[in-house]
Amino acid sequence: MNEQRKIRLATCSLAGCFGCHMSLLDIDEKLFDLLAMVEFDRTPFTDIKHCGPCDIGIVEGGVSNAENVHVLKEFRKNCKVLVAIGACAITGGVPALRNNIDLWDCFQEVYLYEGGLEGNQIPNDPELPLPFDKVYPVYEVVKVDYFLPGCPPSADTIWKFLTDLIEGREPKLDSAMLRYD
Amino acid sequence: MQPHEFPQIEQQLASVFERHGCEANKLLQILREVQEIFHFIPAAAITCIAAHLDVPRTRVEGVAGFYSFLSLKSAGEYRMLFSDNITDQMQGNPELMRYFCHKLWLEPGKVSEDNLLSVDSTSCTGMCDQGPAALVNGWPLTNLDHARLDLIAELIRVRKPVCDWPSLLFEVKDNIRRAGTLLGEPFIPGAALRATLERGSAATLAEMEASGLRGRGGAGFSVARKWSMCRASAGEQHYIVCNADEGEPGTFKDRVLLHSYADLVCEGMTVGARIIGASKGFLYLRGEYRYLLHQLEQVLAQRRAAGLLGRNILGESGFDFDIEIHLGAGAYICGEESALIESLEGKRGRPRKRPPFPVTHGYLDQPTVVDNVETLACAARIAAQGGAWFAAIGTAQSSGSKILSIAGDCARPGIYEYPFGITLQEILDDCGAEDPYAVQVSGPSGILVSAQEFNRCIAFEDLPTAGAFTVFRRGRDLLQLVQNCAHFFAHESCGFCTPCRVGTQLQKKIVDKIANDHGTASDLEELKQLGHIMQTMSHCGLGHTAANPVLDLLQKFPDAYQHKLKKLAFEPAFDLDGALETARNITGRDDAWAHLP
Amino acid sequence: MGAPAMSNNMTIDGKHVPFSDGQTIMDAALAAGVYIPHLCHNPQFEPHGSCKLCVVSVNGRNMTACTMPAAEDMVVASNTPELNRDRKALVQMLFVEGNHICPACEASGNCQLQAAAYYLEMQSPHYTHFYQPRAVDASHPDIFLDLNRCILCELCVRASREVDGKNVFGISGRGIGTHLVVNAASGRLGDTNFAATDKAAHVCPTGAILIKRQGYRIPIGQRTFDHHNISEVQMKPQEPEHE
Repeated sequence: MNEQRKIRLATCSLAGCFGCHMSLLDIDEKLFDLLAMVEFDRTPFTDIKHCGPCDIGIVEGGVSNAENVHVLKEFRKNCKVLVAIGACAITGGVPALRNNIDLWDCFQEVYLYEGGLEGNQIPNDPELPLPFDKVYPVYEVVKVDYFLPGCPPSADTIWKFLTDLIEGREPKLDSAMLRYD
Repeated sequence: MQPHEFPQIEQQLASVFERHGCEANKLLQILREVQEIFHFIPAAAITCIAAHLDVPRTRVEGVAGFYSFLSLKSAGEYRMLFSDNITDQMQGNPELMRYFCHKLWLEPGKVSEDNLLSVDSTSCTGMCDQGPAALVNGWPLTNLDHARLDLIAELIRVRKPVCDWPSLLFEVKDNIRRAGTLLGEPFIPGAALRATLERGSAATLAEMEASGLRGRGGAGFSVARKWSMCRASAGEQHYIVCNADEGEPGTFKDRVLLHSYADLVCEGMTVGARIIGASKGFLYLRGEYRYLLHQLEQVLAQRRAAGLLGRNILGESGFDFDIEIHLGAGAYICGEESALIESLEGKRGRPRKRPPFPVTHGYLDQPTVVDNVETLACAARIAAQGGAWFAAIGTAQSSGSKILSIAGDCARPGIYEYPFGITLQEILDDCGAEDPYAVQVSGPSGILVSAQEFNRCIAFEDLPTAGAFTVFRRGRDLLQLVQNCAHFFAHESCGFCTPCRVGTQLQKKIVDKIANDHGTASDLEELKQLGHIMQTMSHCGLGHTAANPVLDLLQKFPDAYQHKLKKLAFEPAFDLDGALETARNITGRDDAWAHLP
Repeated sequence: MGAPAMSNNMTIDGKHVPFSDGQTIMDAALAAGVYIPHLCHNPQFEPHGSCKLCVVSVNGRNMTACTMPAAEDMVVASNTPELNRDRKALVQMLFVEGNHICPACEASGNCQLQAAAYYLEMQSPHYTHFYQPRAVDASHPDIFLDLNRCILCELCVRASREVDGKNVFGISGRGIGTHLVVNAASGRLGDTNFAATDKAAHVCPTGAILIKRQGYRIPIGQRTFDHHNISEVQMKPQEPEHE
């Protein structure tokens, strides 16, 4: 058994709330079973900064800024199978509520009118990720192999999905597991 | 607009109301006139019209918001609409529009700050044989070039009313290049009616049957069958409608029939009225042909004076029939017969659910025949000259002749009448097509034909057509044609059903993506899938045919897409770097991290 | 001849479905307990036929079940992989056309668009989103109108016209610009005579028309579609309505 190569898994959250990651942790004691089957590459649980070659990449959150694109493309390049998890990755989700608002109005409201920053200026540090005019779902930026909807998907759903995938089955959610909220 | 800005609205609309009465059926005609008075439909006018017609305000707003030539926001005193049919594009209209906008410091789609002028594009205006064309306040401008646009800009600058502009600008030629039996032989007004009265209605219907006449609008339904079904339907009133909503891009033959053969068309309607038992007829004239209105009214007046319309036609007691002209306002969908009837009733041009069909439940739910202009002209000839004469022309399944509107890459664009069965190659030789590569038969909703198929013929059993015949020479980018068609359908979808409303937009986005060099093989699959859904799930013919150009190009001209495709398996539908532009402008950043490759 | 009803027979997916004159394919199917997916149809109102989810194959030709009269010898196919795949595509089109953000919507769990998507096993909206800016109208004291979620089924239009006799709603615009309008010069719902007791306030299949101060009243787990799928809910006979 130990000779068998473990599945290498990476996860990240783009414009998301890490709720899908929390739900993954909610599989509780099954985490031990998971760890028997996979080893983590870049995830919030490890301290790996960049995604290396992986079997499965799981992306939470929508694409809201330039940095999200860099991370997402790195995942796509390195992961054999890319999974979009949660409402934000699949539809833009709650961050996409800003899509109805002009970006300039957003910036003015946050940095100029409310005086959130000293001297009422709009931050322009190159280290800050530059936002898109809209938040996009992951599949509009890179090709996505599987979708796991939910806000977040329940721990049971994630477990079912992951075990299907890891054990080489086509992931199939029964109707009670398919939820968008 | 606030209501208080139009304190005189009721007085201003009084004469319009007087002309049209207070039936809700007149709503579209009223709105057209309001548009002419104010250059848009003020909110106060909507409220006022709703009260006058005693209909909900939403009904008036719904109609005002549906038609392209009505605007809910000010469109300026002068509204220039450049025709964006593919032939106008090939003749240089996009560049001319840019030139004109640049000259007048305008942005397309926006009104000048002094509210003088707006410039935009519009679906084919039916002047493909004498383009580039445009409409100014609804009047057609032909043969546009820089010199003419300079003149037009000056006329607008000095605020000269359009009615006082030089008539040369508005010259519309018939360009009849080949006349057959329909266009070439003389016709004495009244001849068909006299023959009909002599023979009797049932016998004339039998002549229609014997003629094998099929509808010229494209679908090819038997005229005799349609008329006899309507004749047999019970109703308080029967109606006959002439469909002159010639909206298929590339078609302009009805323009010529209405201009130079109006008597023939009206006579066909009157014959039909006699047979189905109608005392009222409508001629639904597309908004783009508003310039023909006055002349058509004169023809109707002459016919009334000659006893060919009105009460006791030709002295036949109880044969009462008259024709009313109803103007459209820029909506391709109104060429669909049930949408046309809705529009006649002063509603949004939304195709009805079928059954019931118009022959039993049409205008005001009464039995109604809707026939194309050319069909009615043919019917008049048949009534006068007999069914056997007509059936001898053309092929066994497609009797008679067909009028084609030929435009595009040919030396002699214009009107050509041929007996059915003519091959594309013969037509191409006649019109002086040089090195033809493709022909779009019957417009965007029709069929795109490749050079390998030029031996095919115009006939219901081979290439049916409503009349458009657009020629493309070798070297033309057919993807540009398909892009043009995709934009057309997205603009003209009525918005009623999901597959067409959303599908035409998605199709447009993907074709644009390919044209902009971002397409991938998966986009082609996506187009096929979308095409399938629009063809099989849509409510009416618009949705059913909206994917035709895309699918024909994929099937017959694969190279047109292939050379545009990137090698990559996936490309985003939007420009990643472009989506950062707004934020770059706001923050003033231009560093490496502010860009995406 | 025997009773006419006996001779009226069609089959849907191989099952014999009786019908009476004037019934549509949908009417007959619902009465016989055969489910055909639909969104814009509600048996209480005049059939509309715009969402096209209920398109079925009748003797090989596609027809809209909610508007097509049932007829003798119709062989109807509805629950086929092809039609369900195309229905899913239509639902996906509705998702990308509007701004349907389920986690942020009060109607989540009670929304028929969402439930239809569950039924048709939609994993993602698939198409590119339109993200059209649409208005939220909170001017009415008791009702929200959120056009981000409107799918143009016109149930509110029909209910207000046919049941409430008010014509509060209408449709304007064209193509992708088609949108709901309300019967007020200001364009504000608060300036109409709309009331929370109107039938039209309770027929929206999504969260476009919501009664204020009711949000999230029903806990997750007890909402309509938490335990029932849309076929069960739409097949349930309607309780008689106030006439």
